[in-house]
Amino acid sequence: MDSDEDERTLLPLSQRPEWSDVTPVPQNDGPNPVVPIAYSEEFAEVMGYFRAVYLADERSLRALHLTTEAIQFNAGNYTVWQFRRLILEALNADLHEELEFVEQLASKNSKNYQLWHHRRWVAEKLGTEAASRELEFTKNIFVNDAKNYHAWSHRQWVLQNLGGWEDELAYCNELLEDDIFNNSAWNQRYFVITRHPGLGGIEATIDSELDYTIKSILIKPENESPWRYLRGLHKNNVQSFVTNPKISTLCLNVLTSKANPVFALSLLLDLISKGFEPNQDLKNAIEVVVPESNSQDSDISVTICTVLEIIDQMRVNYWRWRKKNLHPQVAEGVANLHIH
Amino acid sequence: MESSSSSSSAAAAEDWKPTISQEEQWTLESQVFHIYRLLCNIPPNSQAAMLELQRDSHMEYLLKGLRHLGPSFSVLDANRPWICYWIFHSIALLGESIDVTLEHNAIDFLMRCQDQHGGYGGGPGQMPHLATTYAAVNTLITLGGHKSLASINRGKTYLFLRRMKHTSGGFSMHDGGEVDVRACYTAISVASVLNILDEELVQGVGNYILSCQTYEGGIAGEPGSEAHGGYTFCGLATMILINEVNRLNLASLTDWLVFRQGVEGGFQGRTNKLVDGCYSFWQGGAAMLIQRLHAATGSTSSESSDDEDSMAEISPDREEGQHSDVDEVNSSSIPINFINRHTETEPLFQSQALQQYILLCSQVEGGFRDKPGKGRDHYHTCYCLSGLAVAQYSWSKDADSAPLPGSLLGPYSNLLEPVNPLHNIVLEQYNEAREFFSNASAL
Repeated sequence: MDSDEDERTLLPLSQRPEWSDVTPVPQNDGPNPVVPIAYSEEFAEVMGYFRAVYLADERSLRALHLTTEAIQFNAGNYTVWQFRRLILEALNADLHEELEFVEQLASKNSKNYQLWHHRRWVAEKLGTEAASRELEFTKNIFVNDAKNYHAWSHRQWVLQNLGGWEDELAYCNELLEDDIFNNSAWNQRYFVITRHPGLGGIEATIDSELDYTIKSILIKPENESPWRYLRGLHKNNVQSFVTNPKISTLCLNVLTSKANPVFALSLLLDLISKGFEPNQDLKNAIEVVVPESNSQDSDISVTICTVLEIIDQMRVNYWRWRKKNLHPQVAEGVANLHIH
Repeated sequence: MESSSSSSSAAAAEDWKPTISQEEQWTLESQVFHIYRLLCNIPPNSQAAMLELQRDSHMEYLLKGLRHLGPSFSVLDANRPWICYWIFHSIALLGESIDVTLEHNAIDFLMRCQDQHGGYGGGPGQMPHLATTYAAVNTLITLGGHKSLASINRGKTYLFLRRMKHTSGGFSMHDGGEVDVRACYTAISVASVLNILDEELVQGVGNYILSCQTYEGGIAGEPGSEAHGGYTFCGLATMILINEVNRLNLASLTDWLVFRQGVEGGFQGRTNKLVDGCYSFWQGGAAMLIQRLHAATGSTSSESSDDEDSMAEISPDREEGQHSDVDEVNSSSIPINFINRHTETEPLFQSQALQQYILLCSQVEGGFRDKPGKGRDHYHTCYCLSGLAVAQYSWSKDADSAPLPGSLLGPYSNLLEPVNPLHNIVLEQYNEAREFFSNASAL
């Protein structure tokens, strides 16, 4: 913000000559409002003038400056933001300045819906020229908050609408190297694999992605993210999910290590429900997870559920429910049960 | 690091530097387990006191918010119907009544937030917004009574909802606003409870929600985004309300959902994020919805004819756009049959552990918070209490029957009022509103 504007914000609006023709409109709260907010004088004054220009539909430069002040007091006021967009359009304003305005605000309001919606609107108006700056903008947000939901949504919108896919997979790698538990980065990876216009989708990338995922699981088997990612890679290909020996080998490796076996068992349960038949090694590995359980059922799925009931207490009801629903329609799960 | 955390001891064996996610998780675990150890090490009568819901101090906090909010609340100046809902719904969950004057003041205030062309804004004179419309309508239903319910202009609300309908099949939050799963839920919830839901509003919503279910199983705010507790609740409830829930992959949604309950007992919003008291409702409420769906679908024989009827209502053949035979009366009976359905199914989450997290880690002297170390606020108070109610009734066979002994953690005075989880309105008030609006004239 320039110094000229700083000075203007210091003076109360009622003392600024350029506002002398405007009568502020008080808020119509009624005589006995509930949840009344004890606004500061400055806040009440700015909003009084805002209501006046809003009601008069005054799309002027001074109204634009007024929305700046109102937004700085409360970045959640969507009415002010929406009116600001109408003004920007009417004035045919320089939207690069608008980007700077949003960037300044974002340092304090990075979880505000209105701010991100506005940013998207500006970026859309600017078109493809905005792509790299938008990607950079979200990257800066992720330095302090690598899981910022709004920033990820914005980044995905930019990629899909303005482009800039080239380095996105490398960026996912970088974030996952920093924090392999960052599920937002795993989600972004899935987004890139499935929607990147040049990678050919899951079909073309499945081998390298599966290797990457397995490697990640073996580093931290207690990390849920890559286990879900692995299922996601096979969402539309049950055949390869069930028959790929890399997946069953992964389960065996995790089960025979000292690592937390819950996700391996859970994955095996899904595999078996889709038709996978575990070999004797795997069956032995499952049964030794809880040797004292003595649950050597003829049905290995039942054994898995029993083991999970014992070692995963927080989800004991769920595993019991899964066990109850193993037959007759295991594969369809609950999705199909509405058919009598 | 705490020895009680299994993940920390596993990592201690590694020479890897812990990541940010791990560090944050372990710090929280150590704080939470410190509190739980305190509970274990004190005599039983002190334990009961520690687990007690501090009704009086919560009421004091809530009533104070209705009468006065300091200047720092200016950042919520576009959310005042929300503050009303958070507070009045909390009071209703506690089963407390408020004086008539305060009730009238609330009705009068919300009238001033209602736009002349329909819908409610974040305060008097603000543009109508779907989220604040949901908050205002839920508040007025919670207040109950003819004056309150009749103050909602159904015809204009309908026109507002139609105006917010987006070409994607979803809804915009406001004129020129963002399109997401929240907008779908708030629009459909309001339309359903006011008995103004019709084909024009429903058209395309199911496809939009479906496009937001992710490979993890949960639902995201927009197509491509990450599965998230708040959006999962919104998407699931919406799909039930429009009678298209079986189009979702419920098996993967359920699997994702049950894994969101952390070792702390509370729920996290996303995979590998920290637990937060507010997800007690978003995730716990979604789990309750799934449990009720199983009640409809889990048994294939020996059910009463009543259940057969409700099953018929919930099984959709609506994917191909053959919607013409569903009239308003019929579609508006979906939620009530869904909620009144008898269930023999156990909850899918650990109810006692959730109650423990809410009472010991989220509860403070007057109000609730996200987690230890954070401050209280009205939002967390509302959703912690809502989640607590869901947990308390999770073993009940009917929506309004008293919880089974042993399913309630702490003294019996902790018992809250049961909610309708589809709208998060206390059941009794929901039933009153349903009756009122089913008798209301057609638009």
